[in-house]
Amino acid sequence: MIRFTSFGFRYDQESRWIVRDLNVEILDGEFLVVIGPTGSGKSTLLRAIDGLIPHFSGGEMHGDVTIAGHSVRNTTPTELAGLVGYVGQNPAQSFVTDRVEDEIAYAMENLGIDAVTMRRRVEDVLDLLNLHEVRDEQLRALSGGQQQRVAIAAVLAASPRVLVLDEPTSALDPGSAEEVLSSLTRLVHDVGLSVVIAEHRLERVLPFADRVLSLGNDGVELGTPSEVMERARIAPPIVELGRIAKWSPLPVTVRAARRMAGPLFDELSGLEPPEGQPVAGPLVASIDKVHLKYGSFGALNGVSWDLLAGTITALMGRNGSGKTSLLSLLSGMRETNKGTILLEGTNPATMKPAQRIHRVGLVPQDPGLLLYCQSVADECETADREHGLEAGTTWAELEKLDAVLDADRHPRDLSEGQRLQLALAVVLAARPTLLLLDEPTRGLDYEAKWSLCCQLTGLRNQGVAILLSTHDVELAASIADHTVVLAGGEIIAGGETRSVVRQTPAFAPQVSKILSPEPWLTVHEIKAALAGRN
Amino acid sequence: MKTDRPIHAGAWWLWAAGVAVAGVATSNPLLLLALCTLSIMVATLRGRIATAATSIRAFIKIAVFVVVARIVLQILFGQRSPGHVLFTIPSLQLPNWLAGVSLGGPVTAEALLTALQGGLRLSVILLAFGAANCLASPRDLLRSLPGVFHEVAVAVTVALCFTPALMASVKRLHEARTLRGRPTRGIAGMRGILVPALEDALESATTLAASMGSRGFGRSVGQATTPRLNRALVVLGVLVLLVGGYGLLATSASVPLPIPLAGLGVILVGTGVVRSHRRAQRTRYRRAAFTLAAGAIACLGWVPAASFALLGHLAWSGISWSPSPLSAPPVSALGMLSIAVSAAVLLIAPVPTGSSRSRTSTRTRTAVSA
Repeated sequence: MIRFTSFGFRYDQESRWIVRDLNVEILDGEFLVVIGPTGSGKSTLLRAIDGLIPHFSGGEMHGDVTIAGHSVRNTTPTELAGLVGYVGQNPAQSFVTDRVEDEIAYAMENLGIDAVTMRRRVEDVLDLLNLHEVRDEQLRALSGGQQQRVAIAAVLAASPRVLVLDEPTSALDPGSAEEVLSSLTRLVHDVGLSVVIAEHRLERVLPFADRVLSLGNDGVELGTPSEVMERARIAPPIVELGRIAKWSPLPVTVRAARRMAGPLFDELSGLEPPEGQPVAGPLVASIDKVHLKYGSFGALNGVSWDLLAGTITALMGRNGSGKTSLLSLLSGMRETNKGTILLEGTNPATMKPAQRIHRVGLVPQDPGLLLYCQSVADECETADREHGLEAGTTWAELEKLDAVLDADRHPRDLSEGQRLQLALAVVLAARPTLLLLDEPTRGLDYEAKWSLCCQLTGLRNQGVAILLSTHDVELAASIADHTVVLAGGEIIAGGETRSVVRQTPAFAPQVSKILSPEPWLTVHEIKAALAGRN
Repeated sequence: MKTDRPIHAGAWWLWAAGVAVAGVATSNPLLLLALCTLSIMVATLRGRIATAATSIRAFIKIAVFVVVARIVLQILFGQRSPGHVLFTIPSLQLPNWLAGVSLGGPVTAEALLTALQGGLRLSVILLAFGAANCLASPRDLLRSLPGVFHEVAVAVTVALCFTPALMASVKRLHEARTLRGRPTRGIAGMRGILVPALEDALESATTLAASMGSRGFGRSVGQATTPRLNRALVVLGVLVLLVGGYGLLATSASVPLPIPLAGLGVILVGTGVVRSHRRAQRTRYRRAAFTLAAGAIACLGWVPAASFALLGHLAWSGISWSPSPLSAPPVSALGMLSIAVSAAVLLIAPVPTGSSRSRTSTRTRTAVSA
């Protein structure tokens, strides 16, 4: 179906090859997952399938890519429109119209599909992606998850033979991600669609994959998920667990792993995961019966919680359950309608911005928003000056985070993980006692995520109170002391992470699903426990 | 003729155009006021977009501002003409090179009434436009344009989406700056926000272009040269129509054969549209049909304009009124009746159902999670 023949790409003569000498064939009706660290060329590969490379980006392309016999060299994305559907990383930017239905019909109108067929197909994809309720809505008013599904529906409606998606679940909560992925699987099975997905969150996509294409410094590998996972450097918890337990073939679904887990249960009997540190830091922030309304809609309805120094709290919940609202209240960007929020006795909304930054720091979902200078060094100096800090403080903070950044680079050219480190350093330089992070692992590869975990644990040990909103159950399981689950603006579960995530299946990490009812959450714990015994 | 289906966007815009033209055809402030009321009433009762009520309120505010501004300007800078002096404000002797402008002086009732009359007339046009906006969004109108205008329509749609996107981006950046404890006002603040906002906008424009391309935009265009001929026909037709129309309306202009010229224009435009429609490779999703009800609504909008023109032609009193010599504006029963007839659209057009009005609540809800 899709064939890469000695395909190579780089942006200009001087820069390094992003992809080089790639020979791969993707079959008809296949669900292929492309994995690899940031910068390994996943997006390049996807864009080439749609002809956006070479037609929509400068750069040098070697070799060729053919889709159903059409070479992208002499076929433009426009001509490929009926054959390939492409959903980029930021669906909101790709919307042409402003209403859901119009957006879905847009590609079909261009292809000249007759009105009757068009109507039927729109209804079909609305059903398939569960968008009936919002069919008349303005696109701008939709949540991230809904926008993602509309973007997929919009390309599906043109009934392409290949669907290409760049990180389709990064903005979605576990439930919606599952929903999107299973509707894609259904399409693969029912209509023989080929799906090519690039994704960092392997634990989400691997169970659905027919084959995996791994890109990386150590070469290209294509095979079934368990074959590729045998050797892959990046792996979801389930695979890491399988490696420790020496399961063969490596399982990629919880179901398969549970069937093999018998011996591991025996091995672990009598062992206990380490007790969480006793948490008794001073109170940093108190949230007391807080209500927040947007018009007639209550975003938060009576939320109460205390944040203590030296703890990490994970805030979880569906898209639109009030996580971001709570963060914006704590950061003083909004005021409550009812109830109080106190940061060490003061309402953050009444503080002056210049004072507030020493009490509370928020890293937004897109950390790039915090950065506006022309280079990393410039950014650090500006931060020092604006915060009234000694010169070099922010740079020192950056070094403490073990960040390896080129001082002359433009923040825009940094990788997702590096940008997060820089934003974090800027926020931390003011020494806030409360650190808020909104979806910090979005777009991070495993390595960047692991280094973020270490940094956050380090900060906790220095006595900073950390609250992070996240869809990433594995992240919450590995670093959060407490977990709070929001639904409809109310706390529906809150307490020690171990007890909360085990009670709420949607938010349980893979290890816990495999080893339930045993209390294990992470591979790390199991490794430590087993090592302790021997 | 009452219908339950949404009315074709074009019908509403034609209706509103009629109301606006009626505003030009009369100078009786009572009739002008009645036309304003008509627009506001229809917009509030039949507005389809969820924010119709707020939207028409904004237009009312602008209209009031226009009237007030005209009166204030008249008091300060108005031409001094004889009449009933109401009060006098101190006047300033201006240098010779500003001979045409007077500042201050006696203010007459006639001058104020003229200003009010002019303001009201502008208000009629503004409110008619506002009403059309609430009754069918400009985007609905663009969607129902014939195929020749497709590229233009897409360009306008993208532009219409761009502004809100830019505003949202500015708001996000503004919040982020506050998070960094940075001043957000003044030139320094603007630099920190505007530059990244424009960068954002550029980036989204590139993404959008790629997205439109990969979804088949402009597929039929590169195919043959015929669409170019069609477009030329339309452009030429519009030009000829403009010249002819000018000759028809402006009595002092000497355009030869205005009626045949206008007719030729219509034929040219029509040919272009029909030809390109036949050739069009692209299709339209759920295009609202121009039903009998839509036709009736479009016609009703022109009833006041037509009757004003007719009555004015017959020198019927009550259509035109001049503040000097000072007199109360006459009540024109026939004029009022024609406006009332135009309000009959309320009987034809469906009351917007829950689907569009009650949606406001879900909209705010989803906006929150966005």
